[in-house]
Amino acid sequence: MKLRTLVWREIFERKNQLGTSFLAILLGISVIVSIKNISYYSEKAVARELDALGANILILPKSASLQDYYSADLPQEVFPEEYVGRLTNSDIQGLDNLSPKLSMPVDVDGKRFMLTGILPKNEFQAKVAWQGAGIFARPEGCGTVVAVPGQPAEPTKETLSRKRVIESLGDTEVLVGADMAATLHVAEGDSVSLLGTSFTVTAVLPQTGTVDDARAFAHLHTVQRLAGKDSVLNAIEVVGCCNAISGGLVQKINKLLPEAKVVTIAQIVDTQIKTNRMMSRLSLLFLVIIILVGGASIANYMYANVFERRREIGTLMAMGAGSGFVLRLFLLKALLLGLAGGFAGYLIGTVTAVILGPRIAGVPVLPMPMLVLWALGIGIVILVAASYFPARRAARLDPVSALQEV
Amino acid sequence: MLEMHSVTKSYNHRGKRVLALDDVTMEISRGDFVSIVGPSGSGKSTLLLMLGGMLSPAGGKVFVDGQSLYELSPEKRAALRKEKIGFVFQTFNLIPYLTALENVQIALLLSGIDGDEQRTRAASLLERLGLGDRLDHKPSELSVGQQQRVALARMLANDPAVVLADEPTGNLDPDTGQAILAFFEEIHREGRTIVMVTHDQRAASKAARTLKLFEGRLVDGREESA
Repeated sequence: MKLRTLVWREIFERKNQLGTSFLAILLGISVIVSIKNISYYSEKAVARELDALGANILILPKSASLQDYYSADLPQEVFPEEYVGRLTNSDIQGLDNLSPKLSMPVDVDGKRFMLTGILPKNEFQAKVAWQGAGIFARPEGCGTVVAVPGQPAEPTKETLSRKRVIESLGDTEVLVGADMAATLHVAEGDSVSLLGTSFTVTAVLPQTGTVDDARAFAHLHTVQRLAGKDSVLNAIEVVGCCNAISGGLVQKINKLLPEAKVVTIAQIVDTQIKTNRMMSRLSLLFLVIIILVGGASIANYMYANVFERRREIGTLMAMGAGSGFVLRLFLLKALLLGLAGGFAGYLIGTVTAVILGPRIAGVPVLPMPMLVLWALGIGIVILVAASYFPARRAARLDPVSALQEV
Repeated sequence: MLEMHSVTKSYNHRGKRVLALDDVTMEISRGDFVSIVGPSGSGKSTLLLMLGGMLSPAGGKVFVDGQSLYELSPEKRAALRKEKIGFVFQTFNLIPYLTALENVQIALLLSGIDGDEQRTRAASLLERLGLGDRLDHKPSELSVGQQQRVALARMLANDPAVVLADEPTGNLDPDTGQAILAFFEEIHREGRTIVMVTHDQRAASKAARTLKLFEGRLVDGREESA
């Protein structure tokens, strides 16, 4: 027989009395695990949507507005290309992707389109040693690299197509938006003349429903040369990590680039931030509830357990058990219950999340094994903390009054 | 082996001071078999618990093998109890959720004996007491006589030199009581010192000598030989 055998036997002997308190802890842990599991996949799903939407932060000239940007009516005002270097060389965290751009209007066959200069990935990396950067590279950090169940983890065919051509971009190569290609009747491999320069169409971009459909993308430095402007930009599109945005990323960029205007696609980011905050507050609320209700319930149960077992404790002391043994007896019980509650809470919470996740948050949810450590940690800390004072009382029990023999 | 020098102990009961032991001095030699008799409330159980290091006196000293018991820390006193003293209770005090075997194993667990040795020794003690076929029975599945025998096996687990028994036959029928007393005589012959508190004159007569307590005092300080 070992100490833990004694503890298990006692737990199963009086399991009915333990039931309510244990259930409170179990349900609390289950709810927290569920919320954490669902919110994790919900955040991933929203981050993936944000990724699909593109940049969520724009760096524009001071006088420009977000409306100007989206209406493709960019002012003549520009800022130095050197801003990109400042950003990449700074210690700002959460910048998942940068896309410096210079746009200018071009007339082709009497119709007006936008010609936008972009920097291909190979040059970008060579220039700033920015690992993973690229115009259409998938952001990391926001977590879209983590597979969202039910959705393809790899880039879609369209994204692949875009990513492939943008890995490198020749001086006279151009990517043409869907509407522009349709209007000009050009296809991949055709030539198109823009501002007196002949470009080869390397890809026709898929329909996006945005101003990009009436846009042609060429090498940044080619567009700068055609515009007669040296090393300047009129926008830097940034894919910022949503958590970093809520943590003050925009303010940090503002501080670094005081001469520029930094705007966020507030509605999208706010939704994400609000969802994240709500989930995290809900999780915190449940944590407080289980600490207060579950902890108090366990402490109450333990005090009653000590009172009920005082004759047993007195007998053990008469047999030579010291206060350390009695303390260990009750704390080990707390530890075992914490482990059991944590593990069972993880299982119930995970099953609940997998079943209810798609209905509540509209996202498929998979089990997260790392949450088992979290659940065990909460279970053990609450049980042991709530049991400490009752256990100490047991260890300090007067053996004579405990035996009630006098 | 066991000594008490001018020991006093009192309790407050509903605001009134009750003297449980009043200037008790006595000596019990190694291998002695002593019964302590007296009316209810005369201080018999108090004296027994005090000899076992479970209850500190208000005044005076208690010695076990020349060591002043209450000058030791509670942890050292617990260790001494584990090593030298075995208690037997009137109500047996078995742990209800453990089997007979496990109840005996507890004492061995406290002494740091582990694994197979624990089980073998506990089983052999229960067999000695005629409970070889009741190893896996819980106390509620045993008769009172069998329960007291489990308690005796548990008491013997650590081979104590001193046995302190509080009304060991108080809850038993005469035949079972006789069997338990015969066992006390047997372990006395093994050289153990036995101090037995009892109301039962027949039980007291089994002891080598009898001490009488009345209102917390050894009557006239006299010791009656059996």
